[in-house]
Amino acid sequence: MKVVKSLTLALVAIVASCLTQSASAQDNTLLGAGSSFVYPLFSKIFAEYGKTHDVKVNYQSIGSGGGILQLTNKTVDFGGSDAPLNADQAKKIGVPVLHIPMASGAVVITYNIPGVTTALNLTGKDLADIYLGKITSWNSAEIAATNKGIKLPDLPIVVVHRSEGSGTSYIFTDFLTKVNPDWASKVGKAGAVNWPAGLGGKGSEGVAGLVKNTPGAIGYVELIYALENKMVFANIQNKSGKFITPSLATTTQASNVDLPANAEVSLTNTDNPKGYPISSFTWALIYKEQKYNDRTAARAKMVLDLLWYNIHDGQKNCEPLNYAPLSKSAVKVAENILKSATYGGKAIL
Amino acid sequence: MLFNAFSFLLSAFSPYTPRHMTVKNKRLDLSYSQMKWETIFKRILITMSIIILIIVVGILITLIVQSMPSIKTLGIGYLWGKVWDPVNNIYGAWPFLIGTLLTSFTALIISIPFSYAIAIYLGEYNPKGWLSNLLKNTIELIAAVPSIIYGFWALYVLVPIVRNFEMKIHVAPYGVGIFSASLVLAVMIIPYAASLGTSLIRMVPSPLKEGAYALGATRFEVIRSVILPYTRSGLFAGILLSLGRALGETMAVTVLIGNTSTIAPKFLDLFFGPGNTMASVIANEFAEADHTLYLSALIELGLALFFVTVIINLIGKRIITRYSK
Repeated sequence: MKVVKSLTLALVAIVASCLTQSASAQDNTLLGAGSSFVYPLFSKIFAEYGKTHDVKVNYQSIGSGGGILQLTNKTVDFGGSDAPLNADQAKKIGVPVLHIPMASGAVVITYNIPGVTTALNLTGKDLADIYLGKITSWNSAEIAATNKGIKLPDLPIVVVHRSEGSGTSYIFTDFLTKVNPDWASKVGKAGAVNWPAGLGGKGSEGVAGLVKNTPGAIGYVELIYALENKMVFANIQNKSGKFITPSLATTTQASNVDLPANAEVSLTNTDNPKGYPISSFTWALIYKEQKYNDRTAARAKMVLDLLWYNIHDGQKNCEPLNYAPLSKSAVKVAENILKSATYGGKAIL
Repeated sequence: MLFNAFSFLLSAFSPYTPRHMTVKNKRLDLSYSQMKWETIFKRILITMSIIILIIVVGILITLIVQSMPSIKTLGIGYLWGKVWDPVNNIYGAWPFLIGTLLTSFTALIISIPFSYAIAIYLGEYNPKGWLSNLLKNTIELIAAVPSIIYGFWALYVLVPIVRNFEMKIHVAPYGVGIFSASLVLAVMIIPYAASLGTSLIRMVPSPLKEGAYALGATRFEVIRSVILPYTRSGLFAGILLSLGRALGETMAVTVLIGNTSTIAPKFLDLFFGPGNTMASVIANEFAEADHTLYLSALIELGLALFFVTVIINLIGKRIITRYSK
């Protein structure tokens, strides 16, 4: 019986300590969840922010869809997402949600063609046709037309895509949908689609592994991943007809266009002639009306201050971590969006 | 769940517990606190068992409730639908059902010779000594390695070998696919059947074996006519345990199977080509399933997997009862 008693005591002690901890944690800890793409950037920015402010941020990288779900359930202060809310998600949330751009990311096309080490030039239409399974060989006339001077072998193309639902796939299919009507009607855009051809690799590392090991393979990964792993990637033709090498600068350029006031915009196939066409914002999501559940005005202010910091001082952390910082026009739009947030109907900032 | 189902088999095969009945009835001497502890202990056991039962039933209920939207919209055709298109809300589980069964049974067939050989060697030929211990620990280590490590090891080492093999037999040389996934699954499930088999073979009563030897049987004959018949249903239970593991394995399979939700019409292309399994689809798509019907269809896939496991278990149990007669 002594054992039982001491066990009970221990249990009570643990529970009590948990309770007190969560009670104190509520005051200066903000909760966030979502996009895993933005996670390294967020942890860096939040750590910097914590040095000068008495705020801790607990951000869980559970994927964009999970982040939106957590926000819907009102268990987090903000969500992170690589795609804007879709109709179904917006309907479930039911109240206006603000999309604040945090940084830009790009998706690059990588390939493994024995004997070819230079960057290929690919048009969006051909890329979609490759992923549709219509262009099946590297020496096909379509690819040769934009790559004069490169000797391409007679090798079948092995298409590799992400196996799991991901923001990367969303950006990629969003681009293909805009540039190829056939893709738009047959496949469409989503984090996970019914891929007409090819293999699925698990995560960026799975795609990279398959491409590296399969002669003739083509795949897509995030720019960050390609830069860190020194992979070859193709120049992609943008709307103005120029072949653009993906880089942080060209990705930032993609958002340097006239943006709509709510920033819920797809940057793929950008109008900017200097912009890389497969780019996207990654957003922080918050409720427009910050007074819900039993949130205090102070807490709402804390969230907005944090996000304000993210789009200004926080941006200096982007480039060292291979994220493309927001363009000038994107920062301006983001400022206005943050200013539109309210607490009990009154503006906070 | 599977393990629970078969633990009773293990106990059935433990060596006869000799009960030396003493003349004095000890129960009469028990103090009040001893009696009380007896009751408490018994209650703990019952509670634990009931909790497990509640959890399993709870999982089943949750799966059914959550997959209701999908069941209502898609009906029974979900099971043999061949298209999985989240964008247009068309869901069919058939390719994944085929992928799951094909990878699991292929892996099982490949693993059986290995697990039986290991079980007989460690159980009968070399039950003691450093080599035996080393081998046994190595086998157990196979089960302890995280499956993602198998996945990426195979992706970088095994897949190129499989690709060369596929070029030789003139099928599309993807490398990844159902065949590669089955090979790795086979390695992963060996320990389950092997260690259960080893313990069972060691438990064969020595009077039986000694009798056979006395009658002039060779070692092989003893194994064939005494040990294997005696442990047959137990060894089969070990295989079922392996199969259960293979059905549910997710991560290694996801990395290797190619994740394609189309089925090739020719068996050879299907077997060596990319496919997908139920568990890996769920793992891949659950986190980003962004509309209600999609999420529900994925949960229904989990429900289907649940039933596949139950059905295979029931069939297995029927076979075991027929064997042990």
